[in-house]
Amino acid sequence: MADDRDREEAVVAEFHKKIKEAFEVFDHDSNNTVDVREIGTIMRSLGCCPSEGELHDLIAEVEDEEPTGYIRFEKFLPVMTEILLERRYRPVPEDVLLHAFEVLDSAKRGFLTKEELIKYMTEEGEPFSQEEMEEMLSAAIDPDSNSIHYRDYITMMVIDEH
Amino acid sequence: PDLYHSSTKPRDAGTGAIVIIQKWYRGYSSRLKARQLRALSIFQSIEYADEQCQLQLSTLFSFMLENYTDICQADSELVHRFLLSQQHLRERQNFEELIGVSQSYTGPQLNFPLTFIDIDYVLQHFMKNQILHARYVTEVLFEMKKMLMRKPNFNRIKSHGRDITICGDLHGNLTDLFLIFHKNGIPSHNNLYIFNGDFVDRGKNSMEVLMTLFVSFLTCPDYVHLNRGNHEDSMMNLRYGFTKEILHKYKIYGAQILKTLEEVYTWLPIGTIIDNEILVVHGGISESTDLNLLQRIDRHKMSSVLIPPVEIRDQATKSKENKTGESATTPERSKANASSSDHLSKHEWEQVVDILWSDPRTKNGCYPNTCRGGGCYFGPDITAKILSKHCLKLLIRSHECKPEGYDICHNGKVVTIFSASNYYKEDSNRGAYIRLYAGTVPQFYQFQTTSETCLKPLCERCVYSKKNSEHWVLKERIISQKTDLTHAFQLQDHGKSGKLSQGQWALCMESVLGLQLPWRTLRPHLVNTDNDGNVDYLSSFQDVHIKKPVQEVQSTVIETLYKYRSNLEFLFNIIDSDQSGLISIEEFCETWKIFSSHYGVPSDDAQIEELVKKMDFNKDGSIDFNEFLKAFYVVHKHDTLKPD
Repeated sequence: MADDRDREEAVVAEFHKKIKEAFEVFDHDSNNTVDVREIGTIMRSLGCCPSEGELHDLIAEVEDEEPTGYIRFEKFLPVMTEILLERRYRPVPEDVLLHAFEVLDSAKRGFLTKEELIKYMTEEGEPFSQEEMEEMLSAAIDPDSNSIHYRDYITMMVIDEH
Repeated sequence: PDLYHSSTKPRDAGTGAIVIIQKWYRGYSSRLKARQLRALSIFQSIEYADEQCQLQLSTLFSFMLENYTDICQADSELVHRFLLSQQHLRERQNFEELIGVSQSYTGPQLNFPLTFIDIDYVLQHFMKNQILHARYVTEVLFEMKKMLMRKPNFNRIKSHGRDITICGDLHGNLTDLFLIFHKNGIPSHNNLYIFNGDFVDRGKNSMEVLMTLFVSFLTCPDYVHLNRGNHEDSMMNLRYGFTKEILHKYKIYGAQILKTLEEVYTWLPIGTIIDNEILVVHGGISESTDLNLLQRIDRHKMSSVLIPPVEIRDQATKSKENKTGESATTPERSKANASSSDHLSKHEWEQVVDILWSDPRTKNGCYPNTCRGGGCYFGPDITAKILSKHCLKLLIRSHECKPEGYDICHNGKVVTIFSASNYYKEDSNRGAYIRLYAGTVPQFYQFQTTSETCLKPLCERCVYSKKNSEHWVLKERIISQKTDLTHAFQLQDHGKSGKLSQGQWALCMESVLGLQLPWRTLRPHLVNTDNDGNVDYLSSFQDVHIKKPVQEVQSTVIETLYKYRSNLEFLFNIIDSDQSGLISIEEFCETWKIFSSHYGVPSDDAQIEELVKKMDFNKDGSIDFNEFLKAFYVVHKHDTLKPD
């Protein structure tokens, strides 16, 4: 019993250090606060994939009563630790992502055209900003055919991460 | 047909799929962004640790001075060459006659005084990947010296309603300079420019960048203003690549070009003041920065940040004399000596180093810049104090790489501007320049030279980006400290299991490597971890090793030489006064002895001597030290290519 508790404490301690490291990347003034607009990036860099809606709720949880535009580490740490312990917002497996592209590619060509991708990503779901769209296109698009071969794209993203 | 939903699938599946992709993409892009920022800070930590190492060499020089008379005859000649690199500069006419220009040279043939057409010729020539002929390089350098000598220590500009563009570090990135001239126009009486130092080193076109800037300056010396940076220093060039580039591109003429360049550097102004309001200097300030003093000093006497100022040497001599019981040099005599010598006083020297090396920080106060080893960290209170003391409103500086190419801090009073995009590697950062429009706030313009990777087919991309990544560079660092790291790990590993907890591993890494990095986040890239979360600490060394140029020598000797190769390269370059690239075996061993004894590096002198002798392949008693040092490199298991 005591062993389990020790182990959990050790796990929590390690999570705390990881969260601190991720937080510090964006703590530009080294004063244990980050711009609220970076919270999503920090959470995602720790391996979580919340939706924009879920992120919105999380920010409300970590903000001060009087929102200052900055999030303090002391408030962020416990919330983020819980998320990691409960393994919430895990990213979907690769095959689910592939299937999602296949649903959009109803004609089963193996690719989506640039125009199609732009329409889907910027007009549906939780729409991309123009900057996000441009970023995705710059890496995903095959310059010769002006289309996205999603299978290759997914493979590249996965390899890149590991 | 409806593009979003096929008639056989319900609407929800389409939207659901889109949200899945969007969520995934945002997660991926955030992780990438965090990784890029982390990579930047890793590269920066390593860069500053190297700079600190380099600056510590100045204590080596002081040490050699102190023990000058103790060192035996052979060494004292070596020491002499280390310290007195002032060779007599040949007369310009004699030199120019020596460099003939052959018929086959198709590049620009410069006639002085230069005009705007010359800027164009030079740009066109460089765009074709050509170099400027040694003859014209030399003429440009002589002209630069002549013109710069007339300039005061601080360029003073009155804008009079004209726009002024300020560029930061370029570090030999010619493409960035082309981009800036293309977007922002070449310099002219209506298009003023300030280049805030660090034109050279690290990038592969330092010479072309320098020539472009110098030709621009010579064409319109009142509209182009150059500030000296910490890399406009011949000792820094020895370590950070410019010297090598010059010798490679200009071969037999390289040595003389280097000597002339050294002088030109000392005549570069140390800063610019715009409309008596804006101070532009390369590094920053310190709490003792005194612009009035800085305007009066003889800037020409500041040769290199590595040549210690006079008072330190006088103190050294004093302590020596005290030891032998003879009469000491009085402090008054030292000061008198200082003013009449060829060097700045300690106080003046420190003032200049602060200007060229300091970095702003959020914390109040002024304290030594321990990361870099030179200059200070200065806080917002220091900025406020110094700016108000001199009735200034803004400090614009460079010196630090920023992800967005620029940064504003100290309540808007300090601006950092950095113009070398992709400085550490592809995609590491944007570059930027500032345009000061008359009567309005400064505008920042960002750029980034195109990632070559984007133009490659998908299958080739990931392999390309692995090499020279921050993990690659870290691994090389790790292998060079294998002995110390293994020792530290084993001290912690009481059960001799070969494993440590993640916390213990991180602690060892930080203390041995001396780099404050996010070790836990880096761990998966550097070492293997078992299912219980324990680190197999020796696995870091598995897929990298240092190439052994000679089989019979111990690995620890190889490791030591690899670890200190940059310092050694630097020292060899200094004693190689005729820049032949060769030093004798005795000189090598003497240099190594001085270096290792000063730094307390444990070394087997006999083994090193044997190694060196074995690498003298043609048995003529001398070795090509560049070839020698290149023979020590890290082999990464999964990479089949030799490093550049």
